[in-house]
Amino acid sequence: MTYISLSFSDLALAALLILVNAGLSLALGLGLERRLFVAASRMVVQLLLVGLVLEALFRTVNPWATALVAAAMVGFAGREATARQEHRLAGWWSQGLGTGAMLMAAGIVTLFALTTQLRPHPWYDPRYAIPLLGMVLGNTMNGISLGLNALTGDLGHNRAAVEARLALGADRWQAMRFLAGKSLRMATTPIVNSMAATGLVSLPGMMTGQILGGVAPFEAVKYQILVMFLIAGGTGIGAVAAIGGGVLRLTDHRHRLRLDRLG
Amino acid sequence: MLMVEGLRRPGLGPVDFSLSAGECVSLSGPSGVGKTLLLRAIADLDPSTGRVVLDGVGREAVPAPRWRRMVRYFAAEPGWWAERVSDHFADWDAAVPLVRSLLLPPEIGKAPVARLSTGERQRLALVRGLMARPLVLLLDEPTAALDPAARTAAEDMLAARQAEGVGMLWVTHDAAQARRVATRHLVMEDGRVREANDGGGDAA
Repeated sequence: MTYISLSFSDLALAALLILVNAGLSLALGLGLERRLFVAASRMVVQLLLVGLVLEALFRTVNPWATALVAAAMVGFAGREATARQEHRLAGWWSQGLGTGAMLMAAGIVTLFALTTQLRPHPWYDPRYAIPLLGMVLGNTMNGISLGLNALTGDLGHNRAAVEARLALGADRWQAMRFLAGKSLRMATTPIVNSMAATGLVSLPGMMTGQILGGVAPFEAVKYQILVMFLIAGGTGIGAVAAIGGGVLRLTDHRHRLRLDRLG
Repeated sequence: MLMVEGLRRPGLGPVDFSLSAGECVSLSGPSGVGKTLLLRAIADLDPSTGRVVLDGVGREAVPAPRWRRMVRYFAAEPGWWAERVSDHFADWDAAVPLVRSLLLPPEIGKAPVARLSTGERQRLALVRGLMARPLVLLLDEPTAALDPAARTAAEDMLAARQAEGVGMLWVTHDAAQARRVATRHLVMEDGRVREANDGGGDAA
């Protein structure tokens, strides 16, 4: 395996592209230059910090340190998923539901890959566990936040429809079915689309990274296929858990619609 | 048949009244006074406290979906969850006689709900709710959007159910209608109900 190592001056050269963008923004009066600089700086700082943490983590191969980093990742993903909601569940639930569903889905899928396909020694080797979790988590988060957004956003408009079903004697699952189904489709559409388009329209970032890192293309492709299956599985499990939990929380044991539980 | 005792929820109550089998009671009162809240509370669609008993069985003793199949709430603005009219009926063919008696053509089953008028929707919701033979009807201005001919047809259809022993609580702003359909009249004020002798307080 050979790869071309980058120096900091290489990166500085690439950063000129941001300056070009900022110049365009100024010239066209778009007012984007400030946000562009802040975003670019955040990207650099966050990634450098992550690089340092991962260097230390990979050197020690400590199960507790790995678990701590994984927990922090799930926590950040949960916050991000919650922040994207337009209509949130009231109180602790807004954060708890998305984070819980994500922890479960990403956890199951990552452990599955670590114990059956990849089997590193030890199984929790952060070199495998953390990047895998990161990829599954990012996509699961997307699916969960899209799904929950569809569920809670549409509920206000569909209140009469749901309550009509309830008044006609449907239980809460039957009454919410048409909404839950739509939310699940919203949650899983991106991953289905991206599986269909992968390789033709886009070269996945992970695969590209491996190829740039010197891995033979066919090996990188096999890894990418594995990752796509994991992401699809994680998104499906996470979306079902989050939307199922959402339906339970937005109704009660007497099969009443509880919009008062939306914040 | 239906007994309501000390029924309370925020903005409502305590409310006490009873309804006999085959009896129609009208309920009137200014808009926003809590008539809809009362109907929803009886159907257990909103949390409330107090006793609601149907033929000796308290509502807590039955699963909520079964309670609502017996004690049916008809919303003033009925909801629709599917695109076509017939998708809202377990058996559209069985509903056709009632649809016809409300002066609607049977082909309306194939129509998208979004293209119907308010009056057409209100009549279809009435048929939809009557299909599974509920014992008590909670009617929230069921004929508000109907023309006189359709209103008479709807009143006749409900009177036929009443003759079979179905009890009805009928919210109406129309004092003449209240006198036509109901034998007892309740008026709501400040979240409470009282008996009235004159067919309801507010004029048509």
